[in-house]
Amino acid sequence: MDAIFGFNWAGVVDFLPALARGLYYTLLVSVGGLLIGFVLGAIAGLARLSRFKIVNWIAIIYIEAVRGTPVLVQAIWIYFALPLIIKYTLPSVVAGIIVIALNSGAYIAEIVRGAVHSVDKGQTEAGRSLGLNRHVTMRHVIWPQAFRRMIPPLGNQFIISIKDTSLLSVILVPELIFQGRLVVANHFNAVEIYTTVALFYLAITLTLSAVLRATEKRLERRA
Amino acid sequence: MIIQVTDLHKSFGDHEVLSGIDFTVADGEVVCIIGPSGSGKSTFLRCLNMLEDVSSGEVVIDGHSLTDKKVKIDQVRAEIGMVFQQFNLFPHKTVIENLMLAPIKVRGLSKDEARERGRRLLGKVGLADKEQAYPGSLSGGQQQRVAIARALAMEPKIMLFDEPTSSLDPELVDEVLAVMKDLAREGMTMVVVTHEMGFAREVGDRVTFMDGGLLVEEGTPQEIFTNPQHRRTREFLDKVL
Ligand SMILES: Nc1ncnc2c1ncn2[C@@H]1O[C@H](COP(=O)(O)OP(=O)(O)OP(=O)(O)O)[C@@H](O)[C@H]1O
Ligand SMILES: [Mg+2]
Repeated sequence: MDAIFGFNWAGVVDFLPALARGLYYTLLVSVGGLLIGFVLGAIAGLARLSRFKIVNWIAIIYIEAVRGTPVLVQAIWIYFALPLIIKYTLPSVVAGIIVIALNSGAYIAEIVRGAVHSVDKGQTEAGRSLGLNRHVTMRHVIWPQAFRRMIPPLGNQFIISIKDTSLLSVILVPELIFQGRLVVANHFNAVEIYTTVALFYLAITLTLSAVLRATEKRLERRA
Repeated sequence: MIIQVTDLHKSFGDHEVLSGIDFTVADGEVVCIIGPSGSGKSTFLRCLNMLEDVSSGEVVIDGHSLTDKKVKIDQVRAEIGMVFQQFNLFPHKTVIENLMLAPIKVRGLSKDEARERGRRLLGKVGLADKEQAYPGSLSGGQQQRVAIARALAMEPKIMLFDEPTSSLDPELVDEVLAVMKDLAREGMTMVVVTHEMGFAREVGDRVTFMDGGLLVEEGTPQEIFTNPQHRRTREFLDKVL
């Protein structure tokens, strides 16, 4: 192996602990950010469907603000600008989770809105005609059907957000690429380390894809 | 009168679809509404449980004025079953779950009570063996019978049917009509929009002909089918019979 391309691949093993630490933070920020992002997205998505104009507008402003600016700018703003306004410095990992949550939440909101919207109007009418109120109809009739349709686009968004966490190295979140750069700065093994980092990302996203495909299959079998 | 409609108007934008309808139904009566496509039959039926809000006029169901802003609409709807042309069963729930949801959530039945009631009604519509099936695996006729059972599970005082057999293959129509005939015989108050003239003639206490957003003519099946008074009624019947 060592001889291939003349690089020291076996030497990577020495740096695995450092990269594992990076992997840990990548996963922490991804999972934390996406969990909060999903809740945020569900709320904002349902707010987009609200019959109350104000609620609707708040959701629109949030979604457009996020979709109209780059993640990198959002991260830098939250970590370097926001503390000057709120007079409190966020730990970088917390800032990272907030960035991923806010960012994914906006895209998930649109996914939620689209999925709920795509459920046939007759389903709402059937629910309401039985005397179910708006809330119960949403919770027990519309949402379960919408949720199934969300899975493929949600999976897509999860993968995008996981890759976006690599940008958080600029706000000093010690995630994979941040750790990789530390190692390379001291040992000048860019090819080995950055290739390994890329493979780590690939492993995460491929695993997620497989899980999502399995989930979809399981739900399909019932319908 | 369990249903009392006075001077009902309904517009979609500039387009007036219902142009002043007066209509009453007595307890236990079966009223069939017939008329050409686009005449406003579905819209009218949907105004009876406020799936469409009305532009003006009054709809009183069992003493509750639906046009009164203070009315608890969900409580009134609980007393009005509705059966749709497209069935509208909940595809993610099994047949028995379709029947159990509203009695549990609206009537406060326990799961066991709701399941027992659901089973009894599935037996009544001849689908006792389909309890655990998903709607997608049933024929159209079976789905519509489940939809009727689902509405009945709320023990409503009134049943509304909007062309319940129109999307069915011809050989599946009779099994649904048979269930509806049973219901009528048991004394259920029913308003049925239908193209099945045989059903209207046999089961209806009264037949109403609707055209251009108005109830043009009303009478016993005998009167409407053998001796229609209005030219538009005659023309319509000539076409469909
Ligand atoms: N949501 C809506 N928005 C705008 N126009 C509508 C809406 N629903 C119905 N209409 C219009 O109202 C008129 C009456 O429609 P309706 O569905 O009540 O007729 P119908 O008698 O039930 O016809 P069919 O026999 O085809 O079911 C039609 O011209 C239709 O295009
Ligand atoms: Mg219609």
